[in-house]
Amino acid sequence: MLVRYRALVESLVTRELKARYRGSVLGFLWSFVNPLLLLLTYTLVFTVILPNRQPDIQPFFLFLFCGILPWTWFQASLAESAGVLLASANLIKKVLFPAEVLPTVCVLANLAHFLLGLPILLLFLAWQGRLAWTALLLPLPILVQLVLTLGMALFLSALTVHFRDIQNILHHALHLWFFATPVIYSYAAIAEGTPLRQALRLNPMTHVIVTYQQMLFHGHVDHWRGLFLALLVGMLAFAAGAFLFDRLRDTLPEEV
Amino acid sequence: MTKPVIVAQGVTKLYRRFAHKNQLRTLKSALLTGSVLAGLRPEETFTALEDVSFEVPQGSTFAVIGENGSGKSTLLKLVAGITRPTRGSLRVQGRVSALIELGAGFHPEISGRENVAINAMMLGLSKKELERSYDAIVDFAELRDFIDAPVKTYSSGMYMRLGFAVAIHVDPDVLLIDEVLAVGDEAFTRKCLDKIAELRRRGKTILFVTHSLGLVEKMCDEVLWLCHGRTRGRGEAKRVVDEYLTYVAGGEEALLRSRAASLSAQAEAAPASDAPADEGAPGGYRAGRWGGREVEIRTVRLLDARGRERHVFVPGETLTLSLSVCAAAPVSDFVFGIGLFAADGTCVYGTNTEIEDFAARRLAGEAEVRLTLEGLRLVEGTYLVDLAAHKRDGTPYDYLRGLHSFRVKSRVKDVGIYRPQHRWSFSGGAELEPPPERPELEIEQGDTRGAQPRQRG
Repeated sequence: MLVRYRALVESLVTRELKARYRGSVLGFLWSFVNPLLLLLTYTLVFTVILPNRQPDIQPFFLFLFCGILPWTWFQASLAESAGVLLASANLIKKVLFPAEVLPTVCVLANLAHFLLGLPILLLFLAWQGRLAWTALLLPLPILVQLVLTLGMALFLSALTVHFRDIQNILHHALHLWFFATPVIYSYAAIAEGTPLRQALRLNPMTHVIVTYQQMLFHGHVDHWRGLFLALLVGMLAFAAGAFLFDRLRDTLPEEV
Repeated sequence: MTKPVIVAQGVTKLYRRFAHKNQLRTLKSALLTGSVLAGLRPEETFTALEDVSFEVPQGSTFAVIGENGSGKSTLLKLVAGITRPTRGSLRVQGRVSALIELGAGFHPEISGRENVAINAMMLGLSKKELERSYDAIVDFAELRDFIDAPVKTYSSGMYMRLGFAVAIHVDPDVLLIDEVLAVGDEAFTRKCLDKIAELRRRGKTILFVTHSLGLVEKMCDEVLWLCHGRTRGRGEAKRVVDEYLTYVAGGEEALLRSRAASLSAQAEAAPASDAPADEGAPGGYRAGRWGGREVEIRTVRLLDARGRERHVFVPGETLTLSLSVCAAAPVSDFVFGIGLFAADGTCVYGTNTEIEDFAARRLAGEAEVRLTLEGLRLVEGTYLVDLAAHKRDGTPYDYLRGLHSFRVKSRVKDVGIYRPQHRWSFSGGAELEPPPERPELEIEQGDTRGAQPRQRG
């Protein structure tokens, strides 16, 4: 289905990107400015207010950047797709239209933002002399994250139509999830065997983010097992999301 | 014989009707009670369509008519594939384009051009097909000058035009139209109809949902009449439309009857001195009943030529107003009068026995007074009736104002109040085709709701 509607998805993603910043002064530049501002905030907090002195993740702002960029993609995709079907109710009710296109477009549009932010991150890395060949492996974690995010987006978008509470819960769940993922702290610094480490290992995003950090910041990758596990979880999530979406598809026009 | 493009067999659609408790169902409670999917099973349902079957042959134009809430739009959504039948089967061959809501999915921030592209793709057009028909779409919508402006700056007419233009250029095999022709100005509606006629000529199949019965008779080969989700009639357009109109008239008849009953009851209950002060003022027409009741109007009946009680008439029919009156003590000073009023309070006609120089002698006990209006030359509308018995100086015995009414229904939608008997004639270079032979409606006697309408050929 998604393959057949590739052209539509493409134009919708383009539209999404164009429409988002239309009318603002900076326009497309916001794709770059947004992550920079976010980075600035966190850097301020963790270098001035609560300084992080762990030696293996200095300069801290760069470490932070490596995690926060993909996380933003993940978080924004889910937050948007939860409401996307309700927001496009008139389409679903009045036009014969494959509804899964809508959450997919959310995920892909945010992927585009992520990819637009990536060159800035690479520039920073190059400036700090940290750009390594491992950056060439980036498509792997991106793919894993894409599968995971798509699956969850399908799942959440369809379910939110029936249980609108999700939109409210999700906001907080994502906040919690952010702190449960080693973005603002180092995974390696948490001792092996502790309950916290065990808990973090269950989080597929941990492995995705750690892989990014290794490829970009540390310049060596040994988290393959974790990434593979995340891929499995992602595929599972995708299967579950596609199944649920298909199962609820017929109810969508009546419920939105 | 062409093969059918749309085949519906025993199509039934149930909608879930939300009980209050279900509306409050939250994710939490669904999780607590177990399976999420179990919580989504329909419990209280509403039957939008029941056992509807029909076939639409290739290249024909098919209309679905019915009152509001009869399931027309539900049927259209089913044919469009937006929702699926709960029971029964529905098969549609070829590309379907549904004009259910025009411009659904337009994004206000981006230009008309980009919206056309996205909308066309949503409706199933490929990129190549779009390139081919893009110019035709823009020209049809007459938006060449505005196509690069964001859609949010469009007027609602421009918006609709663009939506219609895209939907019609998808080159569908089956076109579904849901009451969308009411958009745009006269000229654009004309253009839409021409375009639809062109599609008909090109052998496309069209399924209409509309309240515009004139359009149905003019354009459609076959009509399906839905009533409360069931098939009430199906077949040749003119016949079904006639049946439907008869049914609607019957419904109005029943409505007026119950209204007359309740109004008289209200007036009975009201005190006798309740005379309106603004009597006779235009627009100040207020229903009521007053008078000393020395002479009482007991019952009022509206009769047709055959003496049957009726509330809906067609122009030219004979209407008889029949009053049973009763004078408790004999009186010799009395006048009977009637007045007909249009719904806005305009007096259509008024007369009484005094004006017409009848000399009242004596009225005692029970009596019946009848006034027969031969050839009711009124145009379509609702008319109120005043009935009175009063003294020669105007002091009322019993005055019934606007408590009775009747409706005139006509196929001809001429305007005004009065329809003189008339005839057109043309000579010289004027060539006009005479209107098709169309009998006036036959009004069903009694409550036709629920009864089978008369079949006429």
